[in-house]
Amino acid sequence: MRHIISVLMENEPGALSRVVGLFSQRNYNIESLTVAPTEDSTLSRLTVTTIGDDRVVEQITKQLNKLIDVVKVVDLTEGDHIERELMMIKLKANGQMRAEIKRTCDIFRGQIIDVTPNTYTVQLIGASDKLDAFIASLGNTTSIMEVVRSGVSGIARGEKVLSL
Amino acid sequence: MVVRALRDEGVKYIYGYPGGALLHVYDALFQQEDVQHILVRHEQAATHMADAYARATGKAGVALVTSGPGATNAVTGIATAFTDSIPMVVITGQVMSHLIGEDAFQETDMLGISRPIVKHNFSVQRAEDIPATIKKAFYIAQSGRPGPVVVDIPKDMTTPTDRFPYEYPKSVKLRSYNPISRGHSGQIRKAVDMLLQARRPVIYSGGGIVIGDASAELTELAQLLNFPVTNTLMGLGGYPGTDRQFVGMLGMHGSYEANMAMHHADLILAVGARFDDRVTNATDKFCPTARIIHIDIDPASISKTIRADVPIVGPSKVVLEEMVGLVKESSKKPDAQALDSWWKQIDEWRGRHGGHYRTDDSELMKPQQVIEMLSKVTNGDAYVCSDVGQHQMFAAQYYKFNKPNRWINSGGLGTMGFGLPAAMGVKMNFPDADVACVTGEGSIQMNIQELSTCKQYDLPVKILCLNNQSLGMVRQWQDMNYESRHSQSYMKSLPDFVKLVEAYGHVGMKVDKYADLEGAMREAFALKDRLVFMDIAVDPFEHVYPMQVPRGSMRDMWLSKTERT
Ligand SMILES: Cc1cc2nc3c(=O)[nH]c(=O)nc-3n(C[C@H](O)[C@H](O)[C@H](O)COP(=O)(O)OP(=O)(O)OC[C@H]3O[C@@H](n4cnc5c(N)ncnc54)[C@H](O)[C@@H]3O)c2cc1C
Ligand SMILES: Cc1ncc(C[n+]2csc(CCOP(=O)(O)OP(=O)(O)O)c2C)c(N)n1
Repeated sequence: MRHIISVLMENEPGALSRVVGLFSQRNYNIESLTVAPTEDSTLSRLTVTTIGDDRVVEQITKQLNKLIDVVKVVDLTEGDHIERELMMIKLKANGQMRAEIKRTCDIFRGQIIDVTPNTYTVQLIGASDKLDAFIASLGNTTSIMEVVRSGVSGIARGEKVLSL
Repeated sequence: MVVRALRDEGVKYIYGYPGGALLHVYDALFQQEDVQHILVRHEQAATHMADAYARATGKAGVALVTSGPGATNAVTGIATAFTDSIPMVVITGQVMSHLIGEDAFQETDMLGISRPIVKHNFSVQRAEDIPATIKKAFYIAQSGRPGPVVVDIPKDMTTPTDRFPYEYPKSVKLRSYNPISRGHSGQIRKAVDMLLQARRPVIYSGGGIVIGDASAELTELAQLLNFPVTNTLMGLGGYPGTDRQFVGMLGMHGSYEANMAMHHADLILAVGARFDDRVTNATDKFCPTARIIHIDIDPASISKTIRADVPIVGPSKVVLEEMVGLVKESSKKPDAQALDSWWKQIDEWRGRHGGHYRTDDSELMKPQQVIEMLSKVTNGDAYVCSDVGQHQMFAAQYYKFNKPNRWINSGGLGTMGFGLPAAMGVKMNFPDADVACVTGEGSIQMNIQELSTCKQYDLPVKILCLNNQSLGMVRQWQDMNYESRHSQSYMKSLPDFVKLVEAYGHVGMKVDKYADLEGAMREAFALKDRLVFMDIAVDPFEHVYPMQVPRGSMRDMWLSKTERT
C-alpha cells in the first residue's frame, strides 16, 4: 500500500542525507520526496511517499524516529488527510490543439502560465492521481515535451498538527 | 579544546594514530597528563580497543584517527561497534574547512562514509562548538540503545592560537532525542500475568542485558520464577553459565536443549535480544506454539523479524526490576507442576545431547578441550576476547561465563581481527585481571601488528591460537554445503608463530599434545607480566555442532557429522 509519511526534523546540514540514506540502506522505496523549512527556520518538514506492507511501513517510521535529527514522524495515510502535488507541464500547442488543451485545462482546473507560438506551459495542483489523469487525457490531443512534478506534500485534516 | 573536553568527560585512555589533520590535537595531548594516548599500529585496532573497553565497562571508549586513510581504516571498527550496539566516540581529523569538497590531500567524506554505521555523526563547523559537540557525542553514544558516534573535526578548528571561551556542559538536552527511561506499566502487568500462567516458558536474553547492566535483575526474575534461561552469543554472562537454569546459547550453534526448549515453548520472554537470523533460523517456522513478550529499548528491534504479542519498550534493568516487584507482590504463583514436567523434558534433552563432542576418533587435540581447559585454569573468571570463526563458537559453547561483560566478541559483524586489540583494550583498563584472546591462525593475522603495541604499553594478554591450519568456519561450510571443495580456506604458508612473537619481544609456546596443555596454560597465566602466545595445534577436521539446518526451524539441527534431529 502507498503511504505518505511526514517528518519534522532539525534543519541542519546532513539531516536530509540521513533520511535518504536510511531508505536506500534498508531497501525501502521512495516514490517521491519533498522537503523545505517550516515557519520555524530551525525545523524542516519532509514528506515522503513510499509503498510497502504494514510491517515495512512500521519499520520505516520506527527507523526514521531513531534518527537523532528527526523530531517527529507521522504516517498521514493512517488518518484523514489532504495531499497535494504541483505539476508544470510543457505541451506542444498549435492550431486547433490550443483550444482543446485549454478545455482540458479548465476541466482539471489547471492554469496556462506560459505561452509561445508552439507551446503551452500548464500548472496543475492536486492529488497525484489527478495529475496522472491530466497527463493521460492529453495523450490523444498533443504531445508532452516536459513534465516536472514537485512530489507529494500532505497535511492532516482537522485539528491534528505535526509540530514541536 | 578537544583534549580538555575529553578530560572533563573523565576519559582516561584514548586509542589512536596521528596524522596531518590532527597535529594540533596531538600537540595538545603532549602537553598534559590527564588523558593518556595509546598508540596503536593500525587504526582498526584503536577502534576495537575503545570498543572492548566499552564492552567491559559499559562506558564509551574513545578513538582518535586522522583524516583520509586514518578514518577509513577505522571504518571496520566503527561498524563492528554499531552492529553490536556498543557506545564509542570516534574523533576523526578532517582537512581544513575551506578545503572540504576540493579533493584535498587526505580528504574523505567521513560523514558520508560513516553515516550508515553510526548512531550519529557530527561535523564541527565552529571551534567554539567543540566542547558541546563532544558532550553530545558521549550522551548519544551511551544513552538509549548505545552506539558509536563520529565527530569529524577540520584541522582549522583546532588551531592552538585561536582562542575561545571554553565551557564543558554538565548535561545536554536534545529536543529531537529523548531516550526512554521506563516501560509501559500496563504492558508490564500484562506480561507478568502471562509469565505466571506459562507452562513451558523460556527466557531468551541478549546483549541488551549485558550492555544494559541488567544481569542481577534478570537472574533474580528467572530464579524467582524457576524458568530456563538461554542467552544469545552477545548475551553470554548475562545469566550465570554454571547455574542449573541456564540451558546454554541458542541459535545456529546453540545447544540442543536451548533450541529444543525454544521450539516447544508456550511463552518466550525476550529481553535485550533482537531475533537475529543466526538465532531464529527460518522465521516462518520459528517457535510455532509460543507467545512472545519482547522487552527492548529500541522500538525498531521489536516486531522487526518476529512479531511480539506483548511489546515493552524500555531499559531492561528498569523493566525487569518492575517485573520482579510484581511477581513478588502477586498472589498468583508460577504453575509448579507444569514447570516440573517442563524441566524434566529439558533435562532429558540436556542429557541426550548437551555439550558432547568426541575425543576418541583422532589423536589430535580437540578445540573444545582447549576452551574447557581455559575455563578450568581461569576458574571461569577471565575476560575472554575472541576473534571470529570456529574458535569463537567453541569459546561461546564451552567457556562458562558466570559474570557479564567478560565475554568480548564481535557478534553482529563477525569481524576477524577483533580479538587481539579487544584483549588489549580490556587489559589496559583491568591490569590485574586474566585476559585471554581466543583466536585462530586466520584471524590473528588480521591485526598481528598489535603485538608491537602490546610491547610498548606492557599488555601481558594471553593469546590462545587454536591452530587448525585453515579458515575453519569457511571450511566447515564447504564440507557441509560444497562437497568439501576447500576453495581458498586452507592456509599453506603459516608463519612460525613462536618465532614471530619472540621477535616482537614476547613469549611463544607451541602445544600439540593434550597432555601438555594444562601445564603450559598454567605456566602462561603464571607469567603475569609477559604476553604469552600459545600456538595450539587442534584437529583441523573438527566442526562446530550443533548447527541448525538452513531454512529449518529452531529444532532442526545437525548434532554431529552424521546425526540430525
Ligand atoms: C560465526 C558466527 C556465528 C554466530 N552464531 C550465533 C548463534 O549460534 N547464536 C547466537 O545467538 N548468535 C550467533 N551469532 C551472533 C549473531 O550474529 C548476533 O550478533 C547475535 O545473535 C545478536 O545478539 P542479540 O540478539 O543479543 O542482540 P545484540 O546485537 O546484542 O543487540 C542488543 C539488543 O538489545 C537492545 N538493547 C540495548 N540496550 C538495551 C537496554 N539497556 N535495555 C533493553 N534493550 C537493550 C538493543 O536495542 C538490541 O535490540 C554468530 C555470529 C558469528 C560471527
Ligand atoms: C574480516 C573478515 N573477513 C572474512 C570473514 C569470513 N570468515 C568468517 S570465519 C572465517 C575463518 C576464520 O578462520 P580462523 O581465524 O582461522 O578461525 P577458525 O574458524 O579456523 O577457528 C572467515 C574467513 C570474516 N568474518 N571477517
